[in-house]
Amino acid sequence: MRVERIINDTNDEFPIGIRVLAVDDDPTCLLLLESLLRRCKYNVTTTNQAITALKLLRQNKFDLVISDVHMPDMDGFKLLELVGLEMDLPVIMLSANGDTNVVMKGITHGACDYLLKPVRIEELNNIWQHVVRRKRFERKDRYNSDSQDKLRANSGEAVGMGSIGNNGKLKKKRKDQDEDEERDENGHHNNEDPSIRKKPRVAWSAELHGKFVAAVNQLGMKNATPKKILELMKVEKLTTQNVGSHLQAFIRTFSAYSYDDPKVITKLTKFRLYLKRISCAANQQVNIAAAVRMRSPNGLGNFHTLAGSNQLHNAAFRSFPPRGVLGRLNTHAALLIRGLPSPGTIRSGHGQNSVNSGNDQCKLQSFVSGIHNANILHGLPMSLELDQVQTNKGVSHIGELPIADSTTVFPVSSSLIEATVTGFSGNPLLGVTSNSLMLEASSQQAGNSRDIDPAIGFRNGNTLSDFAPLAPASNRKSNADLQREPIPINWNAGELITSAPQEWNSPYQSNVTPCSMNSSIPVSGTMVQFGLCLDQNNSTDSDSIGPLSFIDNSAMEQSIIDKEGYLMLEPWGQGSHIPYNIGLLEDLWEFQ
Amino acid sequence: MLGLAADRLRADMNRLLSFLFHQGILDEQFLQLQQLQDETSPNFVSEVVNIYFHESEKLLRNLRSLLMDREFSDYNKMGIHLNQFMGSSSSIGAKRIRNVCLAFRAASDQNNRAGYIHAAFAPPFFSASTFVLECIRGART
Repeated sequence: MRVERIINDTNDEFPIGIRVLAVDDDPTCLLLLESLLRRCKYNVTTTNQAITALKLLRQNKFDLVISDVHMPDMDGFKLLELVGLEMDLPVIMLSANGDTNVVMKGITHGACDYLLKPVRIEELNNIWQHVVRRKRFERKDRYNSDSQDKLRANSGEAVGMGSIGNNGKLKKKRKDQDEDEERDENGHHNNEDPSIRKKPRVAWSAELHGKFVAAVNQLGMKNATPKKILELMKVEKLTTQNVGSHLQAFIRTFSAYSYDDPKVITKLTKFRLYLKRISCAANQQVNIAAAVRMRSPNGLGNFHTLAGSNQLHNAAFRSFPPRGVLGRLNTHAALLIRGLPSPGTIRSGHGQNSVNSGNDQCKLQSFVSGIHNANILHGLPMSLELDQVQTNKGVSHIGELPIADSTTVFPVSSSLIEATVTGFSGNPLLGVTSNSLMLEASSQQAGNSRDIDPAIGFRNGNTLSDFAPLAPASNRKSNADLQREPIPINWNAGELITSAPQEWNSPYQSNVTPCSMNSSIPVSGTMVQFGLCLDQNNSTDSDSIGPLSFIDNSAMEQSIIDKEGYLMLEPWGQGSHIPYNIGLLEDLWEFQ
Repeated sequence: MLGLAADRLRADMNRLLSFLFHQGILDEQFLQLQQLQDETSPNFVSEVVNIYFHESEKLLRNLRSLLMDREFSDYNKMGIHLNQFMGSSSSIGAKRIRNVCLAFRAASDQNNRAGYIHAAFAPPFFSASTFVLECIRGART
């Protein structure tokens, strides 16, 4: 497989020689860590200050960062976020404190692993996996998103991409560009090993984003096309594709915010990177089958029957064509997963969890899922979209088509997602559906990575009963499992779904978290919300709520932009997105 | 002659080490430390342990001053010191110290200041830590 071949070409003795940066203020542990890492034959650099670490990271190329949590000059979580934001490297947290909430915090802030002191050499022997994982997903994501970008650029930012007929064109173009992918068309220079990264990511640093925002401000939303933005930004080695994808994320996140607000900018960047991460991961798996299965004859509204059908489990395991389209879709999926404990849900007054717990869970979910979860999400939106195709009439959005070759999916999906998101408060079923999908995804995924039989077992035709009661259930569980365990989260999601249909009798106990239920709800909203409250320990309700409503739009907008080339810019002028979403939701329900 | 002395020294040290292991003062992490010592880093263990002692003395001093203060209320700060102490102790393999730290932290988590920490834990904590430190100091190669 190409990815593996490339990675192998990089370093025949991989993982020997991966460049690790170790940060710890305790000199004892630092020295010990350094020796252990050297013993594992890694290339080690150490520092006892976070600020120095950042400097080193900016100057040199590293593959992995191991950082202590408690440091005097900068909080380990802050460093973690910054690294993820700027360099997008895998970061492993290290601490003597193994409390679940601290571990959770680490995972939600994006750590790909959390080790406890005393750190053992066996654990360090395995950390290279994070490097491979990240590279692999990023390659795929870049491949996909580059294809997407090319497609979009090729269509010349035209608005008329909405028709289904274009879908075939898109596909064809994507295929044509498969060969192009290897060429460094982005114009980026690969100063690193060319075999590692064909196309280096554009790290949207605060400065770069500031330029971007200034350009967008200057042009105005209607005129903010990637090409023009790029011209205004005057940044070398930036392509319209990069700007375009960034613009999408931007629109998605900031439709309700003023984009001059630096706080918002930070959020956006974080959000953007999470999107990237998610889409990378989501490219792997696809439970489109689940999505397909979700489609019920009655359309969206009829979740009961939908859930009940055995199609659910069938769908779950159909392989998903890992195409570029998914890249975008993944964000939806990611949102879904991230939004496990949808704060929106909570807020909607279904009385399921406290907002705080929801937020925490949200944070937890979003990060925990990591690569694994992304897959789940990936599948989810697709199903939603497929459903939509049949029933949706009023949706003008063109959701991401998880299945490139399914032209029918085009029009509706995004509306479904939206409806799901906004309608969550009112439509537990929608949420449940997502959960089911998630379940499928998670179970599939879980099945792949570990033998999670219960999750798989669940698949056999459960009706989605009323979702709401599910939420309060099983709160405590698997907190411990959450430690460094992205999979369990999925589990929970899966379990929730399972329990939902089965009158809440989860066949398998562990790892059931109410979070999963929440996740189903706001597909995109959650994500944004999550992103917003991500690094803010004091995220307020308003924070969460704010993005929620327009997240949906952004999610949809993104896909629309993909297809239609900024068609979605229109809604910006319209003002409120919330009624827009609600309207769609109503439309959906009409189809019952 | 020298060889004999060195052998005897090594035998004594091994005896002390096994004593420490037996008493639960050290655990297998210390063995890992020893394994990391090889030709490329011949004095690794003594280096690490020296650094550990240096740092721990600082930490213990800080903790002592924090706790001795009658108006002590900054559990957070204490927690940070304690956490670092626990981290380095467990990395060294100082099991006994780590356990004491754990107990200490559990008590402080409850924020039970009234005599609980002071009377019950502070003196034993420090004495235990000091005792263990001395033992390890004696055991280093």
